[in-house]
Amino acid sequence: MTSVNADISQAPGRAIGRAPHPRRKTHFARTAARWMFVAPAILFVAIFFGYPIVKNVMMSLEKYTTATFYTGEAPWVGIANYASVIGSSLFSTTVINTALFTIGSIVAQFILGLGLALFFKRNFPLSGFLRSLLLLPWLLPLIASSAVWKWILDQDSGALNQFLGLFGVPHTPWLVSPSLALVAVIGVNIWLGIPFNTTILYSGLQAVPEELYEAASLDGATGWKAFWSITWPSIRSVVSVVIVLGVVYTLKVVDIILGLTGGGPANSTQTLATWAYQKSFVQFEFGQGAAVSNVLIVVSLVFAMVYLYITRKEVDE
Amino acid sequence: MTTQAMAVGRMAPRRPRDRAARKIPMTILGVIFLVIMIFPVYWMINSSLQANTGAATTTWFPLQPTFAGYQTAFAQQGQNLITSLIVSLSTVVLTIIIAAPAAYGLARFRMRGIVVFVFVLLITQMIPTIVIANALYTLFNDVGLLNTYIGLILADSAAQIPFAILLIRAFMSSIPQSLVEAALVDGANNFRAFVSIVVPISKNAIITAALFTFLGAWGDFLFALTLTTGADVRPVTLGIYNYLSGNVQAWGPVMATAVLASIPAGVLLILAQRYIAAGALGGAVK
Repeated sequence: MTSVNADISQAPGRAIGRAPHPRRKTHFARTAARWMFVAPAILFVAIFFGYPIVKNVMMSLEKYTTATFYTGEAPWVGIANYASVIGSSLFSTTVINTALFTIGSIVAQFILGLGLALFFKRNFPLSGFLRSLLLLPWLLPLIASSAVWKWILDQDSGALNQFLGLFGVPHTPWLVSPSLALVAVIGVNIWLGIPFNTTILYSGLQAVPEELYEAASLDGATGWKAFWSITWPSIRSVVSVVIVLGVVYTLKVVDIILGLTGGGPANSTQTLATWAYQKSFVQFEFGQGAAVSNVLIVVSLVFAMVYLYITRKEVDE
Repeated sequence: MTTQAMAVGRMAPRRPRDRAARKIPMTILGVIFLVIMIFPVYWMINSSLQANTGAATTTWFPLQPTFAGYQTAFAQQGQNLITSLIVSLSTVVLTIIIAAPAAYGLARFRMRGIVVFVFVLLITQMIPTIVIANALYTLFNDVGLLNTYIGLILADSAAQIPFAILLIRAFMSSIPQSLVEAALVDGANNFRAFVSIVVPISKNAIITAALFTFLGAWGDFLFALTLTTGADVRPVTLGIYNYLSGNVQAWGPVMATAVLASIPAGVLLILAQRYIAAGALGGAVK
């Protein structure tokens, strides 16, 4: 592939060295024409990702409130926004909630997803059909899923309490009790993540050569032993991608929490992402909202780097 | 259980019908897993068809179905559904117009800076939407794009463009260069070669990207929540949220709205099924 196009169009320096192009003047025009393909996308990314990130850093250092929209003034306050955010009693609550929400969701999604992937891999009648139906929840917009779950978890007449009532369990205030709400929200997020985990891990399992299992069974490695000695090492890179992507996406989650609990009751389901939203768009403290956002973005980028490191290693391999 | 089943499977005489029969319990187990997983989808449809939803009268099956919930939903959310449709379809068009040429440029030309841009595109996938929304609100306020279709379409497109580029690029990298070279030799310029050769070949990848873009824009909630404030431009996701943030008295219309909001995705997925196949997974992992 490269050998053909290197001569004709790519790598101008090399091409000129080998066979001087008759129309050198147009070289600049040609390069410009090529950039035209990418330029609109670069512009979009610059305006809608580059600018917001820079602007967010600026805002986090300013007293940026509703008044700013009228007066246009945003006095410089240094790290005061960060100080008040970190000094707030809510800071530790949201950090702990974010950690519990992320770790709880990821661990359970992964274990259940892997379990289902291993289960569906053992071809049985209808396995393909059942596996494809598993993706049905993906059709629902996230906020629609939140609506359904809010109704299912309703204390007085929700389906879950109706069902548990059949066994004599008293009605449980899933989303109303501060001690249960986070568990319930994590549960819903686990449900949302299982199809993704199952699908990706299933495709990872499909790629493990069957001969490996046959060879191992001759050595007496079956069941758990085969899983740990063959399956796990073979799918390890897929596993890392699933987990890192899961963490990054889970950190971003806002829809589900706002839909189910709005961050309550008593901030028991408030995470960094929802808190950033509350600060900016409910309390109109845009400066502090930006500060919370920036804490969130740092956490996300750490995991983003891990992700890029893993995928890069894979590409090299 | 796993160990046992595997051991038995290995020692048993290989008679196909026997093996299939022995696997019936697996199928039953599979059905049980599935029922648990898709129960919420069932419950959404079931509740949307029942009248007095809200009190403890919701039954497990819609034995006396009523479409009253849908009537209310259409009356209250009809306009919002149309808004969602306008925003999502426009987002798809804009995203593809921007992403397809960019994907081609990134796949074919080896210019300095391209690797950097691909890296940036990957990074954008990790940035929380709330971070963007926070700053975008102030920008849109300055230029008068709050509460407008254009503002929402631009924001939704921006969120979808990086993924669309990565998805289409993955496919375009596999197009044999000789095809394009032939056109160039015939005197076509890069742009014409792109439109007349590359785009038709990449149809499947572009359709897959369009579908994902539609799903993303249709399901967008956070931009709608932050970049619109009134009832002028209100997508259906925000309509559902407005139900939820109050004290819900009757769940029938809410569930009917949720069903209506899920239908476009379902219809599109069925229509585009044959185009998607590998495209989806490749994009998700890469």
